[in-house]
Amino acid sequence: MTEPVAASGIASLAWLLLALPAFGAAVLLVGGKRTDKWGHLLGCATILGAFGYGLALFFDTLGQSGERTSELFLFNWIDVNALKIDFALRLDPLSLTFVLLITGVGALIHIYSVGYMAHEEGRRKFFAYLNLFVAAMLLLVLGNGFVTLYFGWEGVGLASYLLIGWYQYKPEAASAAKKAFLMNRVGDLGLAIAIFMMFNRLGTTDYTEVFARVSEFSSGEVLAITLLLLLGACGKSGQFPLQAWLPDAMAGPTPVSALIHAATMVTAGVYLIARSNPLYNLSEDGRLVVMIIGAVTLLIGCIIGCAYDDFKKVLAYSTVSQIGYMILAVGLGPIGYALGIMHLLTHGFFKAGLFLGAGSVMHGMNDEGNIRRMGGLAKYLPITFVTWTLGYLALIGIPPFSGYFSKDAIIAAAFGAEGWRGYVFGGVALLGAALTAFYMTRLLILVFLGKPRWKELKSEDGREYHPHESPLTMTIPMIILAVGSVGAGWWFASGGRLAGWLEPSLGELKESHGVLSHGMVGILTVVLSLVGAGLAFLLFGRGKQPVEAPLRVSFPVRAARADLYGNALNEALFARPGTWLTRALVFLDLKGVDGLVNGTAALLGGSSGRLRRLQTGFVRSYALSMLLGSIFVLGALLVVRFS
Amino acid sequence: MTWVLIALLVVPLVGALVVTFLRKDDTKAKLVALAFSLVELVLAGLLWFAYDPDGDRIQLAAGVDWIPAFGVRLSFGIDGIALVMIAVIALLIPLVIGAGWTEKLPAGRSQGGYLALILVQEAVTVAVFAATDVFLFYVLFEVMLIPMYFLIGGYGGARRQYAAVKFFLYSFLGGLIMLASAIGAYAMASDELGKGTFDWATLVTVVRDADSTTQTWLFLGFFLAFAIKAPLVPFHTWLPDAAAEAPIGVTVIVVGILDKVGTFGMLRYLLPMFPEASKNLAPFVLVLAVAGVLYGSLLATGQRDMKRFLAYVSIAHFGFIALGIFSFTSQAGVGSVSYMLNHSISTGMLILVIGMVIARGGSSQISDYGGMSKVAPLLAGMLLLSGLTTLSLPGTNSFVSEFLVLIGSFPTQPVHTILATVGMVLAALYVLWLYQRMMTGPLRGDALVAAAAGPGAVGDPEKKTAIGDLDKREIAVLAPLVVIVLALGFYPQPVLDVITPTVGATLTEVGVTDPVTVQEGK
Repeated sequence: MTEPVAASGIASLAWLLLALPAFGAAVLLVGGKRTDKWGHLLGCATILGAFGYGLALFFDTLGQSGERTSELFLFNWIDVNALKIDFALRLDPLSLTFVLLITGVGALIHIYSVGYMAHEEGRRKFFAYLNLFVAAMLLLVLGNGFVTLYFGWEGVGLASYLLIGWYQYKPEAASAAKKAFLMNRVGDLGLAIAIFMMFNRLGTTDYTEVFARVSEFSSGEVLAITLLLLLGACGKSGQFPLQAWLPDAMAGPTPVSALIHAATMVTAGVYLIARSNPLYNLSEDGRLVVMIIGAVTLLIGCIIGCAYDDFKKVLAYSTVSQIGYMILAVGLGPIGYALGIMHLLTHGFFKAGLFLGAGSVMHGMNDEGNIRRMGGLAKYLPITFVTWTLGYLALIGIPPFSGYFSKDAIIAAAFGAEGWRGYVFGGVALLGAALTAFYMTRLLILVFLGKPRWKELKSEDGREYHPHESPLTMTIPMIILAVGSVGAGWWFASGGRLAGWLEPSLGELKESHGVLSHGMVGILTVVLSLVGAGLAFLLFGRGKQPVEAPLRVSFPVRAARADLYGNALNEALFARPGTWLTRALVFLDLKGVDGLVNGTAALLGGSSGRLRRLQTGFVRSYALSMLLGSIFVLGALLVVRFS
Repeated sequence: MTWVLIALLVVPLVGALVVTFLRKDDTKAKLVALAFSLVELVLAGLLWFAYDPDGDRIQLAAGVDWIPAFGVRLSFGIDGIALVMIAVIALLIPLVIGAGWTEKLPAGRSQGGYLALILVQEAVTVAVFAATDVFLFYVLFEVMLIPMYFLIGGYGGARRQYAAVKFFLYSFLGGLIMLASAIGAYAMASDELGKGTFDWATLVTVVRDADSTTQTWLFLGFFLAFAIKAPLVPFHTWLPDAAAEAPIGVTVIVVGILDKVGTFGMLRYLLPMFPEASKNLAPFVLVLAVAGVLYGSLLATGQRDMKRFLAYVSIAHFGFIALGIFSFTSQAGVGSVSYMLNHSISTGMLILVIGMVIARGGSSQISDYGGMSKVAPLLAGMLLLSGLTTLSLPGTNSFVSEFLVLIGSFPTQPVHTILATVGMVLAALYVLWLYQRMMTGPLRGDALVAAAAGPGAVGDPEKKTAIGDLDKREIAVLAPLVVIVLALGFYPQPVLDVITPTVGATLTEVGVTDPVTVQEGK
């Protein structure tokens, strides 16, 4: 981690990155209905403005030599003696990369939303929340220390809560929103305690100082901090065991799923670990746990993704699984940090594109999300089909599409982990690639290919399906993202371009030498992906697929449909005991604590009745209180005199 | 500038006197009361500028002899902690008056009488924070109960008598025990100095050197009074009843202001006067504090009545405040004092918003509401915002204080801090669950369903039965709070700068230093 210099030149305007989206959100929220006509335009304009500035800043920084790391001090936020927390921005390759991802994909999704949300009442409020999200997410990545990160971290949690609960008249949306915020707060607990530990040992929470002085921590502290930060990452990024909120979050509008719950916010956990690389470098054990969490989650995501029939939920579990890859990558340490970020970026393109494609399909299908009621949509939504397929090829890692370069590199690096770890994590990552190809191909077939299964059906609200292509505001963002899905991976990977750029933030990307050579891994990955895809074609590509999900299925399918019992486990471990405990306490408080108090009062008052009756005996108890007080006075005086 | 402090004590009393003559004319009474409370607010603003954060321990001091035989004086003065508490009282009272503008009082009660009591309450509460004579403090501590007794008992809900008596007895008993301790301290002073005094500054220098047994007993006398007032578990059961039965404006005063006298007392009296006992008994207080955080939070999730919910939320918050006070670090102490301020603002706002909900639905039962955001989106937004500051979301005022308490407590009390941090998760649960039940989902509750069914009923001022969104008066009441919540969330430093020196002086009086100090060369 490098020592930053004070920001100057164009960088001294970096506060605009936060101020523009925040200004948009404020105007739209305070202005209310008066902004209905132009609110969405203001929303788009502020994000585009931030993106434009971000690009300028990026090229300016690219033009510099050396460490390319600066800080912009804005004001003293919290300053009490030794605790000094500045509101300051850290501008370095890592944060600037995220700035471009957030504002770039953010701008595309704002534009898409203009069309997607056109018929929604209160569309400007939606844009206000989206703007709020972008501002908070930028603060998360730009903050110069763990507390400003925490500020943004909880801020994106709020935006996510508001947007998941957008259709809040639907009970399931309201529940999903609350669940997301709560599970995130469990993770935040870890992040908060990690911050307390840093302050306790070092008296600071700024990146620069913490990372420069990591050697002052004991090894136990480093392990504790890395695990606590990991807990935070698990909450935000939907990793095991806090993954259950992310699929439920699909109750929000699809642009939200694309931006927040696929491309940006949910990858914040990866950012946190990559940013804290000086800490993770010190703890082999901490990184091992990170890798285990990543590997377990990537398998969970794949397995459940195979079983769902809801378009967006399959993509959500795919996100869970792909972030598992990223977490695995950053858990590998110096051979993986930059690879995790690279996959995060390519995933940002293709998964946002896949979600927008799903939104486009659902938009044309009366908001239908069940893939069993689709089929043969390719010819009705040609642009959506083509862009979606490009994203699909990128995700399953077919060369030369993006995912091939980023995911393949992670699998190869996983084989490069030391000793038994190489076999285990490499093997899991490879297996995941095959499963990913399987469930994504299933999705492709059931939605776009085969025979239309929707012609005889009606949607929930009783309308017939008339699938149609979406308007330009929606297709253009999809096309742009598809271009990224095709070319970004190659562009990032060639000549170690991205890894080199990120070096000042993440350190040098070390070569990994695994039990299998890189070329070998590449071939294996592609072959296994093709096997997975082929299997899906065999199972779903032939014959007639039933419109209703088959009920008589094997145990693995049942388990996968039940989210591998993650929710049931949460329910049994936390929700139900919590409810019982609360009920018991309410009873105890009323009958026990208060009853004891009232009982004592009644007893002392010499009245057999309840305190309520003391109105009549008021004077008596008053006198009694006086008496008690006087006794205490005497006692105290005696103590004072004789001691 | 001493006159500002005196004026702060006198103006509400004069206002109360004038308002009592206006019992026949409710509107005039309200206008006059509001005018006096606004004058008080301006005076509090002046006080803020008159106070020098780096100046003397007690500033703007003034006093006259009251009972010379016992060395009792009517003496007043403020430190940074008293300053912020006086400021927040002066801020909340006009809002309380504004929020209750259209509230119906029980039959036979006039606005004049009600508002006179509110203004007397304001004057006495300001005086409690400003008193610098221990006996005077005790007297005011008890006198404070009288207007509140009548406010709850005279203007409250169905079980108001029960609640009022319970409130009074609880606090009064605690106060008496405190009096015993105060007299004990007086006796010590008269032994040491040859003549007795209740002067706070003098008593501090005398009592702090007492042997630990004496200190422990005297400490416990004060502590019990403050623990009841604050309230700490298990001395809390008067609060839910008082909060539930009091009219909404009075709930703001009870929950938002009066209970701060307890934690103020801990900082002003317990710590400086009994430093040894404070340190020795800290483990015991800290257990109560953490128990309060968890117990209050869990009970808040289990409440069916919104006002009782508020009371339990406050009990949890007072756990945080006590944790910060007895962790003995400057960050935690500053966190606690700012928590006292921010709790008044945040919880005050939450109570006012809930009052606006109740004014529409006519019930304080959570289950009588559902899907309300559909008919009153702005009101729903305000409930959410006040909820978010209650759960200490960064960007709101409360985050700063909760964060300071926790990060400051961790170096000396890591286990307690980690347990209290769990309260953060529970806060998200009780706030968002409340919001979910009342504001989201399908419409529920007779009043709401009827309001939504009538054509043009939503927001129609002509139809009295209809449930509308916030009106201009309500917006005017909440807008200042929204601004303050966000302003103190983003830029709390002016407040922290006022508090920090006083907390530092208090910790010096206890004789502790921060475990985490500024690193060399930085």
